Amino acid sequence: MASIFQVIGAATAAVSSSTSFDTKKFQLCSRRSVSERKSSFVVVKASGSNRIGSRADQLVTNAVATKADTPPAASKPGHELLLFEALREGLEEEMERDARVCVMGEDVGHYGGSYKVTKGLADKYGDLRVLDTPIAENSFTGMGIGAAMTGLRPIIEGMNMGFLLLAFNQISNNCGMLHYTSGGQFKIPVVIRGPGGVGRQLGAEHSQRLESYFQSIPGIQMVACSTPYNAKGLMKAAIRSDNPVILFEHVLLYNLKERIPDEEYVLNLEEAEMVRPGEHVTILTYSRMRYHVMQAAKTLVNKGYDPEVIDIRSLKPFDLYTIGNSIKKTHLVLIVEECMRTGGIGASLTAAINENFNDYLDAPIVCLSSQDVPTPYAGTLEEWTVVQPPQIVAAVEQLCR
Amino acid sequence: MAIWQFVGKRVANYFTVSTTTFRSLRPLINGDSSPVNIFGYRRFESSKAGQQLDLVSSDDDEEQNQGVDFPGGRVGFTSEMSFLHKSSKKRVQCYRVLDDNGYPLSSSQYQHVNKELAVKMYSGMLKLQTMDTILYEAQRQGRISFYLTSYGEEAISLASAAALSGDDLIMPQYREPGVLLWRGFTLHEFVNQCFGNRNDYGKGRQMPIHYGSKKHNYFTISSPIATQLPQAVGAAYSLKMDNKDACVVTYFGDGSTSEGDFHASLNFAAVMEAPVVFLCRNNGWAISTPVTEQFRSDGVVVKGQAYGIRSIRVDGNDALAIYNAVRVAREMAIKDQQPILIEALTYRVGHHSTSDDSTKYRPIDEIENWKTARNPVSMFRKWVQRKGWWSDEEESEFRANVRKEVIQAIQVAEKTEKPPLDYLFSDVYEEVPINLIEQERLVRETVKRYPQDFPKDVPM
Repeated sequence: MASIFQVIGAATAAVSSSTSFDTKKFQLCSRRSVSERKSSFVVVKASGSNRIGSRADQLVTNAVATKADTPPAASKPGHELLLFEALREGLEEEMERDARVCVMGEDVGHYGGSYKVTKGLADKYGDLRVLDTPIAENSFTGMGIGAAMTGLRPIIEGMNMGFLLLAFNQISNNCGMLHYTSGGQFKIPVVIRGPGGVGRQLGAEHSQRLESYFQSIPGIQMVACSTPYNAKGLMKAAIRSDNPVILFEHVLLYNLKERIPDEEYVLNLEEAEMVRPGEHVTILTYSRMRYHVMQAAKTLVNKGYDPEVIDIRSLKPFDLYTIGNSIKKTHLVLIVEECMRTGGIGASLTAAINENFNDYLDAPIVCLSSQDVPTPYAGTLEEWTVVQPPQIVAAVEQLCR
Repeated sequence: MAIWQFVGKRVANYFTVSTTTFRSLRPLINGDSSPVNIFGYRRFESSKAGQQLDLVSSDDDEEQNQGVDFPGGRVGFTSEMSFLHKSSKKRVQCYRVLDDNGYPLSSSQYQHVNKELAVKMYSGMLKLQTMDTILYEAQRQGRISFYLTSYGEEAISLASAAALSGDDLIMPQYREPGVLLWRGFTLHEFVNQCFGNRNDYGKGRQMPIHYGSKKHNYFTISSPIATQLPQAVGAAYSLKMDNKDACVVTYFGDGSTSEGDFHASLNFAAVMEAPVVFLCRNNGWAISTPVTEQFRSDGVVVKGQAYGIRSIRVDGNDALAIYNAVRVAREMAIKDQQPILIEALTYRVGHHSTSDDSTKYRPIDEIENWKTARNPVSMFRKWVQRKGWWSDEEESEFRANVRKEVIQAIQVAEKTEKPPLDYLFSDVYEEVPINLIEQERLVRETVKRYPQDFPKDVPM
């Protein structure tokens, strides 16, 4: 089973994600969550990737019970694209819409970005608006902050999230803080994005999970995308938000293919995504681990379990509304993450759930995360640091006993 | 202008080598001939640095004529192995207009400053000094928690501010309240920030002296050193995109030049051709670290050239020199869309801040010397008085008035309400999110339950 995962994109696992939102629930969500943005929603049934092992896809489609409350309202069939293309599409639409949006980072201009997210944009908008910077992360992040305070809306790209550790000073001391310390006079509508997470033998320095380091910084928001659909929607939402937003992408998810709507849509930054409704156990996950969880979900369904899988998407703040509703239904929680055991998103989420929903839990929360070790280069060792579907299956079985 | 065409490349080469050439150029007269033209003929040279620098120096060794087009430009060869000196034998000279007694040096090039401007500059320097003295005392009396004086550097902040337009964006370090003073920040506004009361523009969230005012184009001060430098480049990038007739001026000290941000910012600004004026207040000390322990180069001015930036060294205690240098730098920055580095040499007469006692690491007579003999305020005063624009009576009257105003402002600020509780949670994000609403509720509950443990004067 693990070998299927070796395929780049790891798209075999998931992917019949029917994001049907009950409109009433959505309105409630909007009122309680920060943003007043009205997202126009289109119910999308994402098709699986046409990769090796797509037989497994058909299995998923049949096995996973999808609760589609409303019939697909999409009038147009939509178009298929890869995740990095979805990011680019979102970025391009926003640059078209608002002349103040600009991009800065290493190799984003003529080269088109290391992961091709900004391909073609420099030709279209010029190399001032899509700016190639010298290699100084703290400084070009600082530059983005200065530009934002002066009225622009920059998107700062870190070639790899790990390099943004160099920008920690600017992000923590200035990006998150200046709106507050200036008494609201200066706002910093930046989007800081880049690929992170454990890749394919990239070594420890290129496999950092920055969300655990950044989650404490007051003043910033963090979101993690996992599908082309939510990548585009979150990118657009992040750009339109006046708060500084850190958008976490994953190195291995850039080539995921999905069919997304043609019409414009913007997702809610503070909302979690219901990937697979269920009754027995709530599995909370985000980014790449979503696919490992869905892979495990297949096995679990075959064994008779009915897991509810939620992609939390919003890492700061947590969407405790969706999560809480799920816990009230299932009473069992499993968190599957890629962060280290100590101080990761899972650790914070565990604390938050325990504080707020302790009464609803039948058993202690189980959190599956990577070990507290630097990610090794050797392929087998690397595989063992990342949570794999069999572990998830075992954890659910243990929880449900 | 014909002189320039004649002198041509010779001067051009000298010009890139050292700023001493400045003094040998034809002197400016009476402000009519635009000083920009002198520099204008070398426009864009900095951006073509790799391509247009002469292969040949003064030797005409034929080997030197053979060059190769390496990435970055054509380079000539030499068979003589010689390492560049780690510093030139002669230090870069310092531009000044007035001598120690406030007499204009005959050979100095400067634009005439009229009475209104001179008096405004001088009175601003006095006001700053008085404000500093009283607020420092207020800290010693326990009325405010912290203060940082600008003693010895009044000329830098006031004179540079005088040379700028209100549209120019200021990104300060923390020792430049004079700039804000020039732009019209009132004593009340200063004192309110120091007391962190309800009227503070920062809403009581920052330490004293961390001023910030959007309407004055003065970006809120952030304590970490040199973080404002890349932000200044970003702000200049924004101005460049909008094609505005304005530049960014960013201030920093000698200690900041060791930070990584300093180097990257100069580099970026040069590569991006951003209209930033980098103004370094080299006051000799970074808390207790003297410049000899900060860097081994000839000060900060030579670093500009390393990044391909036009630089000048100025006497920071000479108000007119600062005024002129900043004025010209600003024009160059905007017209030619390039960064400029100004190193203002000065001395930090006061302690680093109220948390410091500088007599512990430097001799008292050194401090006294700079406080009296080379004091920028008294040097400029001599010039202004000699011109008949100021008098001793006006001096004492002005000082007394400002002193009264500051004390009165302190009294008002002390009595003003503190910021209300919800200022603790607002502005963290654009709108207050759920978790913060929850946390605020918890705080209110706690305070209601144990009112004796919390200050009474915080409005709920």
